[in-house]
Amino acid sequence: MIRAALLTLLSHWRRHPGQLAALLLGLVMATALFSAVQAINAEARASYASASARLGAGALPSISGPGGGPVPVETYAALRRAGWPVTPVIEGALQAGDERVRLLGIEPLTAPGDMLPAGATESDGLDLISGASLVLAAPDVADAARSLSGIDEVRELGSLPPGEIVADISVAARLLDAGTSVSRLLLTGPAPGPLGEAAPGLILSRPTTGDDLARLTDSFHLNLTAFGLLAFAVGLFIVHGTLSLAFEQRRAMLRTLRALGLPLRTALTLMLAETLALALVAGASGVAAGYLVAGVLLPDVAATLGGLYGAEVPGTLAFRPGWALGGLALAGLGTSLAAASGLAGLARMPLLQGAVPRAWVRGGTGALAVQAAAGGLLMLCGFVAVQWGQSLMAGFVFLGGLLLGAALILPAALALILAGARRLARGPVAEWFWADTGLQARGLSLAMMALLLAVAANVGVSTMVGSFRQTFTGWLDQRLAAELYVEAETGAEATRLAAWLEGRADAVLPIRSAEAVLGGAPGAISGVVDDPTYRENWPLLADTPGAWDRLAAGEAALVNEQLARRTGLSVGDPVALGSDWSLPIAGIYSDYGNPSGEAMVSLALLEARRPGAVTGLRFGVRTAEPEALAAALREFGLPPSRITRQEEIKAASLRIFERTFAVTGALGVLTLGVAGFAILTGLLTLATMRLPQLAPVWALGLGRRRLAILELLRAALLAGITFVLALPLGLALAWALLAVVNVAAFGWRLPMDIFPGQWLWLLASTLAAALIAAAIPARKLWTAPPARLLATFSAER
Amino acid sequence: MLIEANQIEKSFGTGEARRTVLSGVSLSLAPGETLALTGESGSGKSTLLNILGALEPADGGDLRIAGTDLAGLGDTARARLRRDRIGLVFQQFNLVPSLTVAGNLSLQARLAGRQDTEWERHLAGRLGLTDHLTRYPDQLSGGQQQRVAIGRALASRPALVLADEPTGNLDEETADRVMTLLTDLAAESGSGLVMATHSERHAARLARRAHLTLGQLR
Repeated sequence: MIRAALLTLLSHWRRHPGQLAALLLGLVMATALFSAVQAINAEARASYASASARLGAGALPSISGPGGGPVPVETYAALRRAGWPVTPVIEGALQAGDERVRLLGIEPLTAPGDMLPAGATESDGLDLISGASLVLAAPDVADAARSLSGIDEVRELGSLPPGEIVADISVAARLLDAGTSVSRLLLTGPAPGPLGEAAPGLILSRPTTGDDLARLTDSFHLNLTAFGLLAFAVGLFIVHGTLSLAFEQRRAMLRTLRALGLPLRTALTLMLAETLALALVAGASGVAAGYLVAGVLLPDVAATLGGLYGAEVPGTLAFRPGWALGGLALAGLGTSLAAASGLAGLARMPLLQGAVPRAWVRGGTGALAVQAAAGGLLMLCGFVAVQWGQSLMAGFVFLGGLLLGAALILPAALALILAGARRLARGPVAEWFWADTGLQARGLSLAMMALLLAVAANVGVSTMVGSFRQTFTGWLDQRLAAELYVEAETGAEATRLAAWLEGRADAVLPIRSAEAVLGGAPGAISGVVDDPTYRENWPLLADTPGAWDRLAAGEAALVNEQLARRTGLSVGDPVALGSDWSLPIAGIYSDYGNPSGEAMVSLALLEARRPGAVTGLRFGVRTAEPEALAAALREFGLPPSRITRQEEIKAASLRIFERTFAVTGALGVLTLGVAGFAILTGLLTLATMRLPQLAPVWALGLGRRRLAILELLRAALLAGITFVLALPLGLALAWALLAVVNVAAFGWRLPMDIFPGQWLWLLASTLAAALIAAAIPARKLWTAPPARLLATFSAER
Repeated sequence: MLIEANQIEKSFGTGEARRTVLSGVSLSLAPGETLALTGESGSGKSTLLNILGALEPADGGDLRIAGTDLAGLGDTARARLRRDRIGLVFQQFNLVPSLTVAGNLSLQARLAGRQDTEWERHLAGRLGLTDHLTRYPDQLSGGQQQRVAIGRALASRPALVLADEPTGNLDEETADRVMTLLTDLAAESGSGLVMATHSERHAARLARRAHLTLGQLR
């Protein structure tokens, strides 16, 4: 019995392969986009864990020389003799073959056990110091490492971050030509006393951990996940629509099967099993497709994370069962949810009830009102959430409520608009057209909801990115005022460089700072010299009169927007810069891309208040002839890698920016594609049921060609109205992203700009998607033989 | 007896809208016997057939079909009774549109787990469907569809065939042919037959006749 019943149920798909393809493709696309995002997130998180595990180095306090420079080996030896538990580290970049690699030298004898890279054995550690020139290398640079001079053996270690090799400190010192200094010391146990007494001039820095990195990047991943879920929701509209239609169309079959002796429970169980099997097949294909999409998107995401947070994520993807299973589970859950209402309807269907498909009945006035009310309630929840708190979670609750609420309200809004248009219509064809469009809109409501979400997401994200780009470009132009940026290798060289530049440059602006706890969190205080460059170019969001004069006089400080927002401080309030040091805030400046709080004071004051803690070997150099000065600096002995022209930094920053948003742009386009597909499947699956509605009009004298054109017009009209309704929704989405999510995630707010040119492009894309989707059923109608249209009359007998 | 129905009652609606459709209907049918059920539209013929076919329960009275007492039977037990003992022929054919003629013919027999391909082939031949076995219902005429429905009802050699105005949608000539096939094949398979019809001519071809008027048998 089971086999016969199952084969009968499945025969529906054989007769309606297009419907099956729509269902599977919808689910594949939804799962693919979601899985891709999950795969990217999983890869990035694994990289943070790897970075965190690497040598345990990030978790240990670090001791560096004056100005952040190297530590002489004698000082290291003296500290060891004084009982300081320190271990030396030499690090630097070098060219190995065609690759630029990062070399880390450690001393396995003094390093604690957990400092070895994850996955390295104890014998690896012993071999490192055995005298043989052994290095441990990340797989991507293992070959390059073999080309290094004097290296006898290279062992690949997958747990190392990409581009990194680890060697014994003596090997690293030789390869990096480090002389008698080490880059820094790591404190592996409790300090036996004040560092100032044991080694005056050295600087002890707090640890930074991979966990910090994970926290920093959480908001970025949350954004990606939200986009993935949105794409999944859009895909589910396709699945829900197709499944509902399939269930509706099989009502007659189910009634017959039951009349012939198939128990209802068995029938429903079989249909549920069929649904889950389809979900499994499509989910697995979606996960595979997601892997491919993630592989394409990952390099951009890796660049984003590197540019924004300095997080190293490999550009290649590893298969991790976690996200794959997650994708499958979501596909199963989503399909079950989509099938639930259809199955419930079948379960309630009396055996002897007429089994006419009710798709066109769906969304009667009462149901539309209830649905719209539920949508309104969801939107209200979103508004309440954002009123209550400006947290990241509140932002996402607002976005969720807004988007889902609007989607639920859409069918009622469309019905109202079309009813209004019908009242204004003159002539029988126009009246029929609007009435029929209203009927069609009900059948297509799920597809239109998907389109609404996709257009709103695209408007919102493009507005956010456009606003960000405009603000960021302007900010860069102002902030990067110096024509050249140079960096010395040591404090002594910095002094020499500054003296050399005097008289050759219009102005020399030291870039120096000290670590500090600001507003209860780690941050930095930068010191600036009094120069017109700052007054003329440094953008201030809020300030008091004479802010720069007061800063130069050491009477006030400027703070970045992140610090001001986090601490709730505004202009005029005192900001604590240390346990016994505070200054009034003279101004607040924007500081895009910086996750930490920062304050700015006069350099002289900073050096006076924090002697020995000020680091920084870079200078901004104002000059009318940057090319000539750069050439002279090379003659001075500064290698080209330490001289950067302003436009290079700008170009690099903008490149990072574009890559940052390449991912959201790609996801936006894919989501719109899925929505276009939703319209196509909606129209195709309803095309057969449309014939009985169109046949009488055809019989009354409206030709097939005209009917087909009206079908195209109808699809474009519905998409156009949906687009217009999606615009304010998209702008609300952009506002939430800029004013709530961005502030909560990054600590700064962007002004919102609107870009009508982009809307036109999006409108054209939307109409094109709708027209392409409508073209196939319209062509079918145009070429339908009269006998087919007449057959609908005999079927009504 | 194949059918033992005593004092069957059935009403629809509630309160003032309550309408009695069957009132104290009693009838019996021996194995292999044929019975024509006649009456005006709305007299309760379809309702009685639905109750006899275990498609819906009676409000009162006793009913045994092929020895099974229907009182208190749940959905699954009723489904099993229909599947194993009863063949149904509907006025609207109710074929599964996504199955071929062959698939529709064998559907109930396969559900019951006793497919007899020889018998099906014989039925297809007798019903004139041999050349149409790979076609789908929407590619057949009304008469052909009804012949498929008759074949489906008889393919599992049920003890009882219930036919609700099986010729109601057919022209006279086609209806006569379908009627002949139905009675002949029911006799061949040894099934009892109860057929609701408006046609005196068709009713006269069955062994017995029962006339329903205002929910009561005359």
